[in-house]
Amino acid sequence: MNVIESAGLGKRYGRTWALRDCTLAIPGGHVVALVGPNGAGKTTLLSMAVGLTTPTAGVIMVLGGDLAGSPDALDRIAFVAQDAPLYGNLPAADMLHLARNLNRRWDQQYAESRLRDLGIPLGRKIGKLSGGQQAQLALTVALARRPDLLVLDEPLAMLDPVARDDFMASVQKAVADDGVSVVLSSHVLAELERMADYLIVLSHGQVQVAGEVEHLLAGHRMLTSLTAEAGQLAGRMHVVHRRLAGAQSQLLIRTTTPAEPAPPGWESRGVGLEELVLAYLRESGAAVMPGLAEVQADTRTEVQA
Amino acid sequence: MNTPTARPQGSETPSTAVRTIPVGPSAASAPAARRRPVPWTRLAWVTWRQHRFMLAGVATLLGAMSLYLLYMGLKIHHAYAAMVSCSPGRSPHCQQLASVFDQYWGGGRGSVVQAGGAQEISVLLLVFPVLIGVFAGAPVLARELETGTFRFAWTQGSGRLRWTIAKLVLLAAALTAAAAAFSELFSWYYQPFLAVGRTYEFLPIVFNLRGVDFAAWTLAAFAISAFAGAVIRRTVPAMAASLAAWTVLIVTTMLVLRPHYEAPLILKHSFPGPTAWVLNAAVSPTGNGPITYQPASRFWTFQFIEGGWLLVLALLLGAATIWLVRRRAA
Repeated sequence: MNVIESAGLGKRYGRTWALRDCTLAIPGGHVVALVGPNGAGKTTLLSMAVGLTTPTAGVIMVLGGDLAGSPDALDRIAFVAQDAPLYGNLPAADMLHLARNLNRRWDQQYAESRLRDLGIPLGRKIGKLSGGQQAQLALTVALARRPDLLVLDEPLAMLDPVARDDFMASVQKAVADDGVSVVLSSHVLAELERMADYLIVLSHGQVQVAGEVEHLLAGHRMLTSLTAEAGQLAGRMHVVHRRLAGAQSQLLIRTTTPAEPAPPGWESRGVGLEELVLAYLRESGAAVMPGLAEVQADTRTEVQA
Repeated sequence: MNTPTARPQGSETPSTAVRTIPVGPSAASAPAARRRPVPWTRLAWVTWRQHRFMLAGVATLLGAMSLYLLYMGLKIHHAYAAMVSCSPGRSPHCQQLASVFDQYWGGGRGSVVQAGGAQEISVLLLVFPVLIGVFAGAPVLARELETGTFRFAWTQGSGRLRWTIAKLVLLAAALTAAAAAFSELFSWYYQPFLAVGRTYEFLPIVFNLRGVDFAAWTLAAFAISAFAGAVIRRTVPAMAASLAAWTVLIVTTMLVLRPHYEAPLILKHSFPGPTAWVLNAAVSPTGNGPITYQPASRFWTFQFIEGGWLLVLALLLGAATIWLVRRRAA
């Protein structure tokens, strides 16, 4: 089941396209990192996925075929927006009560015990909690809905390093305990690298990279050479990005045979996630979406049906 | 209500297998589609919890004013009864009683509250509908939009449509009912002055506070404010805009619209009774020009015409507000 999939999705604000011609399929059972520079359209994409924003063009569906924002979709997706907005004048206990009254699925015991474990006083007003506690409360409210999909928009942006670590641990625990699918966005990849096993890179409103982290890393090599000419390699290999670092040439290549020895004069090594993402962001024309082709076909049929 | 639901289906399947499952409504979601939506009673609780301070404020304002009207009303009715049952009317004793009653109209020494003074009170009450409507209506959407909490509220299982309808309808109903009850009390309080011909029902100030008018203008103020909140998306500017819009609307209504709900009657050589609403006030009673007026018997017709179109206006604004919420991009 794909937790989010879109075909030709676009959103225009005034004359600017925040997101354009975005076709993607995010499979379930993953922790998906949605990364990209500021203004890449991450929030727009997530807003459309949770039904807050309606697309200008194209279709977006969630959880295996429900239209985003439909009652069924709302029921099964929990969303924590950027800065985790909750009602600051309500005590935490009332916030739980409010969320419980706004949802059909709700696990009060889970919510209360989780807040107890976190040491968040139920009687305290949300506005008086620390930033980390507010984020944890928002996550609790989201998880107590027992969602099939948890969507987090820039969940770490406002948190200090300790609160970040706690927050990530909470998400990881929920994934381990409940098997909830997670999509989270950030403009800092390093934050997500630890827990994400699926990566989507969005740039200028378009998907540039989409795939399982493992496959992406296995499918790329970094070639370096002090002397050799890159020109002759270009014809034989799929060079994603080329960079001169001092006297050294660096080539990020795509390959289906990672074990293949490096060409003469070149040294080959594996790539890190961050340098892979950077290479793609620098080459706006390059894109890699392993595994996307097969789901694309399905999306199209669904749209017509 | 808080029974833990079943674990999400399919999420424990290994990811590699998941990808090959064809797109389409999953078996797990099919029964969910036929489940009942979140009940209105629960949304009523949400509305109450989020707006109870405002509702308490309105209740305090109207409650305090009601107690005052009740207290003064009893005294007024007592003084009125004593005055009309006194005979002979020209005796000094009766004159004394009449002047006591009169003080309740014009006010005696001291402040309005101490001395009474139905005239001043009724002017004060004119702003109540807009006061209540604006403070209650503007924050409903504007506060959510300006603090970003709509991102929470509109992504819950109840959905934004039900959430908006519940809030608007419940708050509008509560405020309108409170205003109607208050207006009834005012009518009782005010009745003796109408009975002695101190004032007449069609006088704009009196007209606005009695019958269905007071409640209708309260509802209109609420609807205008909620709509302004959805458009302007900030509470205080929405309040200011609503106050201005409501004031323009009521002044226009009193001066331009209301005199023409029905074609006025014309008298050429005599005067209508003291309870009629004379429209061409510029013509002096001793002059020769014809007098156009609305007879007192049309009071309820006019009340229902005005109440009716204000209700329609409120419904249209409510629908527009809901439409804005539905199509609003976050």
